[in-house]
Amino acid sequence: MAEVSDNRWKGAPPSGWEVLKTNRAAMAALVFVVTVAVAAVLVPIFLPEAVKQVSEDSFFPPLSRSVDGTRFHLLGTDLNGNDLFYRLMTGAQVSLGVGLIGALVSLVIGGTYGMVSGYAGGRVDGAMMRFLDVLNSVPSLLIVMIFVSGFDGYFKDALDAVRLWGQENDWRWVEGLAGALLPYSRIAILVLSLGLVQWLTMARIVRGQVLVIKEMAFVTASRAMGQGSWAILWKHLWPNLSTIVLTCLTLTIPAVIRDESFLSFLGLGIDEPAASWGSLLRDGAQVINLLDSKWWLLAFPGVLMSLSLLALNFLGDGLRDAFDPKSGS
Amino acid sequence: MVFFLLRRLFSSFLVLFCAASLTFLLSISQKGGPFEKEKLDEKAKLEKQMKYELDGPKWWQLVRYQKRLFLHGDLNVSLRYRDRSVAEILGQKLPNSLLLGSCAFLIASIGGVAAGFVAAMKKDSVVDVVTMLFALAAISVPTFITGPLVAAVFGLWLGWLPIGGFGTWQQLIMPSICLALPFLAYVARLTRNSLLDVMSLNHMRTAKAKGLDEATALARHGMKMAILPVVTYLGPMAAYVLTGSFVVESVFNISGVGGVFVNAIQNADCFLLTGSVIVYAALIVFFNLIVDVTYTFLDKRIKIDG
Repeated sequence: MAEVSDNRWKGAPPSGWEVLKTNRAAMAALVFVVTVAVAAVLVPIFLPEAVKQVSEDSFFPPLSRSVDGTRFHLLGTDLNGNDLFYRLMTGAQVSLGVGLIGALVSLVIGGTYGMVSGYAGGRVDGAMMRFLDVLNSVPSLLIVMIFVSGFDGYFKDALDAVRLWGQENDWRWVEGLAGALLPYSRIAILVLSLGLVQWLTMARIVRGQVLVIKEMAFVTASRAMGQGSWAILWKHLWPNLSTIVLTCLTLTIPAVIRDESFLSFLGLGIDEPAASWGSLLRDGAQVINLLDSKWWLLAFPGVLMSLSLLALNFLGDGLRDAFDPKSGS
Repeated sequence: MVFFLLRRLFSSFLVLFCAASLTFLLSISQKGGPFEKEKLDEKAKLEKQMKYELDGPKWWQLVRYQKRLFLHGDLNVSLRYRDRSVAEILGQKLPNSLLLGSCAFLIASIGGVAAGFVAAMKKDSVVDVVTMLFALAAISVPTFITGPLVAAVFGLWLGWLPIGGFGTWQQLIMPSICLALPFLAYVARLTRNSLLDVMSLNHMRTAKAKGLDEATALARHGMKMAILPVVTYLGPMAAYVLTGSFVVESVFNISGVGGVFVNAIQNADCFLLTGSVIVYAALIVFFNLIVDVTYTFLDKRIKIDG
């Protein structure tokens, strides 16, 4: 028996995760996103109570103290004396949260649609894809705007009704939950409707992948063993889709964040006093002028938002290169 | 061809009908109706509703509006700006938006294809990497950040271009470039990847083997194929440019349809809102038709009447 020579390659081909780890830009992006997310959750908890409230420190520049020296404004303040650093972090909570939830909604809808379409095949598939094409040529943001403005009032009433109903039956947690959601009702319906329009790409990608996987031997085998279609979809196709879905999810998050901030910038999104990056930028853009520029109100939210979106897109591209090198852009 | 156009015309009309009806229904079903914010007493409110034919059940309001719209071609008057008709307002604002939109559309499609072409020709070179990085940045950063940034740099700091106002070509440069940037980037990425795909095909190798240089081979045998995904994207892109112009219009203080639309939503101005949606829908349907026709010229396999 001949000796196996040393220079023969013995390892397995690198898995997607290993490829991803060698992609320095994607790893840096991942670290950045995680840092922003953790900071958005933790920083507002540890900031002193004094800077969280409206104060008389109107339009203080960055790195300044209030007159009595009790409040330190790292990134300056806005018209109402709100600390920009605090607002930026709570805004990050809202923006990132909206992105994540909206992307998850799109995952549920798009994933199901794509799997059913791809698995059913034939005429059903054709019709479902045709419908997707039609939806794709509609400017979804227009629909979201009209939809949100039409149903916002009813949604608020429904939440309030749930709260009262919880009060009547003495269900504390229902009452508390609905009461806590009430100031965010507009953002809640916004997230839902953004998720409802953002699932098209997800559906298309999932369908494409299902078309490939469903022809594989192990699917035929499980069908031969008498497993039903839904069981096959759930147990065998879904796990095999996980990486591609993760990639698509990572790319959907910045898209949803961008759409939400777009609406908030136009004044159709989140309501005061809650803030998101878009509404902060709107406030900043409203006070900008030639003589006395309040540059920090525009610069910091703009930079943080651009970097976060860029990082998420980098991460998404890195994931795609790692797990789906064939698909390209 | 004629049959195809007739069928498309019919389906376009159907789309417009559905879009108008749905928008109208959604906008009148806002809680409290269109006159909620005016704090009128019951009688005055009813009188107003009678005047604008917004009384009675919702389907009846819709039917009367549809009758007015499709039989008489009347978009009714704006509820907010009392003495002006919707057609008049839109007619005044639409030229601005169309000018801005078409400039941005041209910049995005031509610039994007050119950038993608250069990047694909110089694959993996510094030019390619920088172009693609720039494209990713342009896609990620929203227009309402690039808008003020560009205005601050070229308008305030360097003073090369005028800020605000609309009319001369200098005033058109900044807004249309801002509006075009993300789409330019997307088109560039699409073009590059599709060109790279096409260049690796067998018939391109043959073309080069018979002595054509890279550029000629691409121009004669590759370009038509490579441009197909880009053409497909141009239809939806027209729609996205339209919505993208909302922000650009508000950043650069241009009075266009975007502002009308946003105001109409905020004021629950149902006739004005439906009117602007009809305009948008008509534009989108028109663009998609153009894309479909262009497609058949580029790809002979696609049958137009199929």
